[in-house]
Amino acid sequence: MLPRFWRKIKYRYNLIGTKCENCNTYYYPPRNLCPKCRRKSKIVEVKFSGKGEVLSYSVIHEAPENMKDQKPYIVALIKLEEGPIITAQLVCDSSEVKKGMKVKAVFRKCGEEGSAGVIYYCTKFVPENL
Amino acid sequence: MRKVAVIGVGQSKFGELWDYSFRDIVLSAGIEAIEDAGLEGREIEAMYIGNMSGGRFLAQEHIAALIADYSGLAELHIPSTRVEGADASGGLALRQAYLAVASGLHDIVIAAGAEKVTDVGEKAVEILSSGLDREWEVFNGVTLASLFAIIARLHMDKYGTRAEDLAMISVKNHKNAVRNPKAQFKREISIDVALSSPYVAEPLRVFDCAPVSDGAAVIVLASEEVARKYTDTPIYISASAQATDYIALSSRRDFTTMDAVVFAAREAYKKAGIEPKDIDVAEVHDSFTIAELLAYEDLGFVEKGKGAELIREGVTELDGELPVNPSGGLKACGHAAGATGIRQAVEITLQLRGEAKGRQVDAETGLTMNIGGTGATAVVTIFRR
Repeated sequence: MLPRFWRKIKYRYNLIGTKCENCNTYYYPPRNLCPKCRRKSKIVEVKFSGKGEVLSYSVIHEAPENMKDQKPYIVALIKLEEGPIITAQLVCDSSEVKKGMKVKAVFRKCGEEGSAGVIYYCTKFVPENL
Repeated sequence: MRKVAVIGVGQSKFGELWDYSFRDIVLSAGIEAIEDAGLEGREIEAMYIGNMSGGRFLAQEHIAALIADYSGLAELHIPSTRVEGADASGGLALRQAYLAVASGLHDIVIAAGAEKVTDVGEKAVEILSSGLDREWEVFNGVTLASLFAIIARLHMDKYGTRAEDLAMISVKNHKNAVRNPKAQFKREISIDVALSSPYVAEPLRVFDCAPVSDGAAVIVLASEEVARKYTDTPIYISASAQATDYIALSSRRDFTTMDAVVFAAREAYKKAGIEPKDIDVAEVHDSFTIAELLAYEDLGFVEKGKGAELIREGVTELDGELPVNPSGGLKACGHAAGATGIRQAVEITLQLRGEAKGRQVDAETGLTMNIGGTGATAVVTIFRR
């Protein structure tokens, strides 16, 4: 699992995605090929501002083994201001979260491999006014 | 393309089958199907096996050869191929078997689906999430249930669907399963029980989610000409269609529409020369109650946003105009990942033959809809008496 995680650290930690310069569409997660332009794709890397809004969400009560310590936790569909929509964790009280809420990206611990294992980090979101 | 008929069906019990191994459950389904078809065994020309994750559930790959071997076919040296598309693996295996016969390559072909899930205990749910985007959904803490929960909330916001509507789907499927001897949960539940069960991923509760089950199902396909030698009640496959979509939910065009299902269904209706209103009975992929509701819409049974009306008006009940999941569906008959797509086909065959006993509905044309994960793969098959 590790190399697979490390390879994409740059994109995970810094919210770096891609943009197709042929059609001006932004993508996160990053893509090597634009699904609209395919062979005409002109892909460049882009760092997103991290600002976005919540489209929908769920509070997770049944969590996988490596996430159990964090439950209940919130995952949300977030529309970044540049356009792409991503699925990420939202760090706030579950009574606070609502559709249309403005959020911003933060760097957080994401999970771990057992109690003595490697710790993973990733981008999560918090309310923008925090 | 030649006309293809189902000449035999078999299914193991679905559930937590602690006393039975992977081989046991496949064999029980296989023997039932072979006997049902009236085959000796040597007539089988090829096999396609739907299996989602033998590697992670059993640390056993090479499932296709294993099953051919334990089916007593090793010395016939027939081609046997495993097909994988998460929990749509069974539907894909059915389609491959269908194509093998329709193309004229083979006359008699087995399509099987099998999964032994409960041996890994709690890890099962995590393994089932490998049908999602591991890198960009699951790594971030997303679960399969939470994605369907996100879809459910959007459907509620946009179209006024209520938690009660979803619970009614669960209540219906539990009620149907009582009449299915192979089902995992043969117990009726009340809407109050469904609505007061603990949350898995809000707004979805325990009774909105299909269980993880062990199970196997087998179906024998033959060309029309060969089929007549074996059965007086061949059930014809009038269309088989398959489609894909973005693997991550967040990349899709519309989160409350499963475009792969829309495309596969449209193609299937066209090939069969029928319309959604011609379907008399359907087995759809209710891994979550919201998935059955989306299926009503995406299969064209009702227009987008109005799925809840079908359950509120009783249309999809066993005695309704269009019974959906007479078997109890994934929710109550059980969801054995790669076996599910074949199990659905077994149910529709029994219904069209008039052999579904206590849960028999009046039907000439039936449909199965099987998806992988949140719908990045969809298979729609239409059957006719």
